[in-house]
Amino acid sequence: MTVFIIRRLLQSVLVVAVMTLLVFAGVYAIGNPVEILISQDATEAERAAAIARLGLDKSLPEQYLAFLGNLVKGDLGTSFVFGEPALQLVLQRFPATMELAICAMMMSIFIGVPLGLYAGLRPESIAGRTIMTGSIFGFSLPNFWQGLMLIMLFAVILQWLPAGGRGVRGEFLGIESSFFSWDGISHLILPAINLALFKTSLVIRLTRASVRETINLDYVKFARAKGLRPRRVIGLHVLKNIMIPLVTIIGLEFGSVIAFAVVTETVFAWPGMGKLIIDSIFQLDRPVIVAYLIVIVCLFITINLVVDILYAILDPRVRLADQKA
Amino acid sequence: MTLLSIENLKTHFFTKAGVVKSVDGVSFDLDRGEILGIVGESGSGKSVTGFSIMGLVDAPGRIAEGSIRFDGQNLVDLPEPQMRDLRGRRIAMIFQDPMMTLNPVLRVDTQMIEALRAHGRWSDDDARQRCRDVLGQVGIPSPEERLKSYPHQFSGGMRQRVAIAIALLHQPDLIIADEPTTALDVTIQAQILFEIQKLVAENNTAMIWVTHDLAVVAGLANRVAVMYAGRIVEMGTTDEVVNRPAHPYTAGLIGSAPSRNARGTRLTQIRGMAPLPMNLPTGCAFQPRCDHATGACAVSPDASTLEGDHLVRCHHPLVGAFDRGTAA
Repeated sequence: MTVFIIRRLLQSVLVVAVMTLLVFAGVYAIGNPVEILISQDATEAERAAAIARLGLDKSLPEQYLAFLGNLVKGDLGTSFVFGEPALQLVLQRFPATMELAICAMMMSIFIGVPLGLYAGLRPESIAGRTIMTGSIFGFSLPNFWQGLMLIMLFAVILQWLPAGGRGVRGEFLGIESSFFSWDGISHLILPAINLALFKTSLVIRLTRASVRETINLDYVKFARAKGLRPRRVIGLHVLKNIMIPLVTIIGLEFGSVIAFAVVTETVFAWPGMGKLIIDSIFQLDRPVIVAYLIVIVCLFITINLVVDILYAILDPRVRLADQKA
Repeated sequence: MTLLSIENLKTHFFTKAGVVKSVDGVSFDLDRGEILGIVGESGSGKSVTGFSIMGLVDAPGRIAEGSIRFDGQNLVDLPEPQMRDLRGRRIAMIFQDPMMTLNPVLRVDTQMIEALRAHGRWSDDDARQRCRDVLGQVGIPSPEERLKSYPHQFSGGMRQRVAIAIALLHQPDLIIADEPTTALDVTIQAQILFEIQKLVAENNTAMIWVTHDLAVVAGLANRVAVMYAGRIVEMGTTDEVVNRPAHPYTAGLIGSAPSRNARGTRLTQIRGMAPLPMNLPTGCAFQPRCDHATGACAVSPDASTLEGDHLVRCHHPLVGAFDRGTAA
């Protein structure tokens, strides 16, 4: 297990290195940030000074090596636009995105798994069919449109919830978060639902399919033949087995929710990382882009590691040490 | 003393494509301590008969007609809570594929203790003691360690022993075994057959042994029922059915099994294929494959009794004919 984790971490370092190289080359290929940052009527001298200040006068390999040198020291560079450390900019926005992602994932698990179970156990029932039809809407309607409709209904017509922004954060045990104040929660509900709709549909469909597959297996019949209550047969024998595919998908989706909450954050003016990365890409703010991607890659690596460990806990046939990946 | 009495049992599956009459009028009695072998090809309804007794027929299937009297109670209209109380405690079941009957993600002790606790309160110590005892009975070495293992750490034969141990936990009155040795090596099969026979005799447990292998049944069962297309076509003592088969289908089954006595001769085959349960031939279901079929076979034959309790469902039973056939 320890060997497995160490090997995993070494691999992650390699992944981060390759990723930074690609981003460096990629952003360099798109264009020169100086064109955007400096006004059109700047003199040639001002221009040269700006280029030198940003370190863009050196060749790309030199810039990359300088970046790597700073990276080892924990310095991811300074934003071209804001003049602040890039990592700090990203990490400031990080909690807002995490709140949204955790909230959305919790919703999709606690709504999706029970509904999927029901639809899987009673596929012919009216409720079961309704759930499945509903889930098609969940992932086929465009995300931004769902968001706008939620705002229309709950913020404009019913006026129950605020339309956007993050609200006042509460503090609990020294942690500041939207979860600890009513105003914060009321601001969180709509964007979280918007983000959760797609994931919930996915979880419903995956749960249903796994239940349909598992329910006919001999060990489920055998469990029933032992005289177990249906609650135990479903709650333990079936659920523990379908958790294996579910955990994989939920893990991957959690990562993607954090990384790609851009649309929702834009619609609800949620001050998260997604908004920051979009702005930074438009302004070719390379240090922020790289810092953001390093944070996301590290997050994905952590999530995958957690999924693999959960896997070994759920399925006794999996041995972490034997895995190559 | 009769433990189980099945009367005209019909278990039908109401699918979109039509009604599948998997079990279509099966009747038999079973005494305490008796072993009945049910023999038939795949799709003959033998497994569904077993599941009907357990009350584990899944939708779209259901028992359409008939009665299953177990120790005086009719199981067909027994409410689910009472049925669940019987399951595992008084009627237990062993399945065909030992690789699939144990839940792969739960430890053996979890799966055994939950079976105990489904039917009463058991303290941890008592439950473990009972599990160890039963695992020992079915010939599992060092039961204490094995209890903490997961199913994938066992071989196929060992898993089937665990499944048998689970069936024996409550010392049931009836065990339904659905081809429990088919998936095992012959040597393991022989061991398990021997041990089951011993355990059943010790506890005076009645048993229904569902199989497609007449040879297994010949050495194990007191009586044999042969099923074809949802019906029992022949039933009698093992000796009568195996040595003096009266139904052409039974004779065909025996003739198509290789044996030491007929070395070098061609095995006889039953021509054609088992009919699809969705569209059975009218009259006798075996008629299209039968060498003895005549015009009379267009009408479904009733069951008739030969000597003793030997029952056959055929217009042209082979009385004594099979003996002469092998002698010639």
